[in-house]
Amino acid sequence: MRNVWILFKRELSGYFATPIAYVFIVIFLFLSGIFTFYLGNFFPRNQADLLPFFSFHPWLYLFLIPALTMRLWAEERKSGTIELLLTLPMTMGQAVAGKFLAAWAFTAIALVFTFPMWLTVNYLGEPDNGTILAGYCGSLLMAGGFLAIGSCLSAITKNQVIAFVITVVVCLAFVLSGFPLVLDFFRGWAPQVIIETISSFSFLTHFNALSRGVIDLRDIVYFVTLITFWLFANAIIIEMKKAD
Amino acid sequence: MAMIEIKDLYKQYGPITAVDHVSFSVDRGEVLGFLGPNGAGKSTTMKMITGFLAPDGGTVTIDGRDIAKDPVHVKRLIGYLPEGAPAYPDMTPAGFLEFIAQVRGFSGAEKERRVSSTIARVQLDDVVYQPIETLSKGFKRRVGLAQAILHDPQVLVLDEPTDGLDPNQKHEVRGLIKQMAKEKVIILSTHILEEVDAVCTRALIIAGGKLTADGTPRDLEARSPYHNSVSLRVTGAAPNQIKDAFSNMSDIGGIEEEQLENDTTAWRIRPSKGQSIVAKVSDVAQRHGWHVEELHVHRGRLDDVFRQLTYHQQSRT
Repeated sequence: MRNVWILFKRELSGYFATPIAYVFIVIFLFLSGIFTFYLGNFFPRNQADLLPFFSFHPWLYLFLIPALTMRLWAEERKSGTIELLLTLPMTMGQAVAGKFLAAWAFTAIALVFTFPMWLTVNYLGEPDNGTILAGYCGSLLMAGGFLAIGSCLSAITKNQVIAFVITVVVCLAFVLSGFPLVLDFFRGWAPQVIIETISSFSFLTHFNALSRGVIDLRDIVYFVTLITFWLFANAIIIEMKKAD
Repeated sequence: MAMIEIKDLYKQYGPITAVDHVSFSVDRGEVLGFLGPNGAGKSTTMKMITGFLAPDGGTVTIDGRDIAKDPVHVKRLIGYLPEGAPAYPDMTPAGFLEFIAQVRGFSGAEKERRVSSTIARVQLDDVVYQPIETLSKGFKRRVGLAQAILHDPQVLVLDEPTDGLDPNQKHEVRGLIKQMAKEKVIILSTHILEEVDAVCTRALIIAGGKLTADGTPRDLEARSPYHNSVSLRVTGAAPNQIKDAFSNMSDIGGIEEEQLENDTTAWRIRPSKGQSIVAKVSDVAQRHGWHVEELHVHRGRLDDVFRQLTYHQQSRT
């Protein structure tokens, strides 16, 4: 646990030692604002909630989180520091967890900076703040899913661009599998079980309820399982790939 | 039992056998030089000793513990400078060493003491607050060394510690290694042969993944065809006369002309089996009444031995 914490601190301060943190946070705030107010019809809806804000998060994360995770292991492998890290008295699990948690904490910080959004709805009306809090938790949980996928896939290559592209594609598959367009395509001919399986893998399906403030244990279990699975795969891929 | 025991180490990358059943042991007080051409398997062996790579066969035992079974414990005993001295470029040496010290289990005043004494030891004082990416090669190498010696490890593994350094920096690093040699086991790889003479008490030559020689630098030098050969420079003697004088002697393995300049000729005379022939050569010279300008014995150069032992393997791959 101590090692995870030490690595966590190093990684998290690493984001702020470079422009990555500032660029990421500014772009994230800028885009989430645009999406909420222009595309999400925040004002015309005339409702004091943050649903338009949260509903665009899967799409924001789809491009921003792979940009954050592409360097996690690819850079470590390219610069050779992976050799340093993995010959320190620390286990592979600790290394994977420390890096992942730092990236997760960083997205949490970015989310915290969206508080003006929360202030706005509270100024304009009387929203259910419990629902909003649940939405934030759900968004963070979903970000964890994106991050785990990105962390795992950044270990398969030394090239950050490749890591980015592959992560976007895989995440897109996870987002889209719950999209009506995709499900309708199967609906005509595939049995209901398959459609439900496909849609149950989707970030959208699980996030929709959370973003409305409905905390269903199944959605939480889904994201936690997803994160665990991808981080486990991450450790295995590092073990396999570190020699080349 | 020796501090480091390596038995039958084996590693394969696809069709290429990188390390082919290598066994050796190293004890405290030894500075082991790992020699070999590029791609001979030096780095791969070191990566297995430090637990970065898992071997495909064989065992690495350090201080009686198998690294495969107890990796975290064994890694505590080792300080490792990977090839190219990698470090996190955004960090400063101070921040980086603090991180290493924490992972190595130090905290509070002890941590501060370790970091500052290590910084002083490798003379990093001037650059402690500059990002590592802005440092020169020599300083980066020192950061790598600092990271490796910070916890005063019993085993120090250094992969090409002086590669890319200027002569002064090389001298400093070698001085540092010698300083630490007494109480530690040090394994270093290099392809600079003078380094072996300068710091190592023992040298291993590895080629094509196999160990081809193991001994003190002196032992290895003795395997050179030029070991105990004699350089002779004389004036006023006809080249043919000199050749003839040596050609029938049983102890002489061969004679080569090295230089011809007016009246003076220089020769390299090799013994047939590495024995000392200087007395005989000077005898012959006296008997013929040559005017000897120069006469000296060669120990044999590691370069020659190295080439002789590794050239075959290298040309094959």
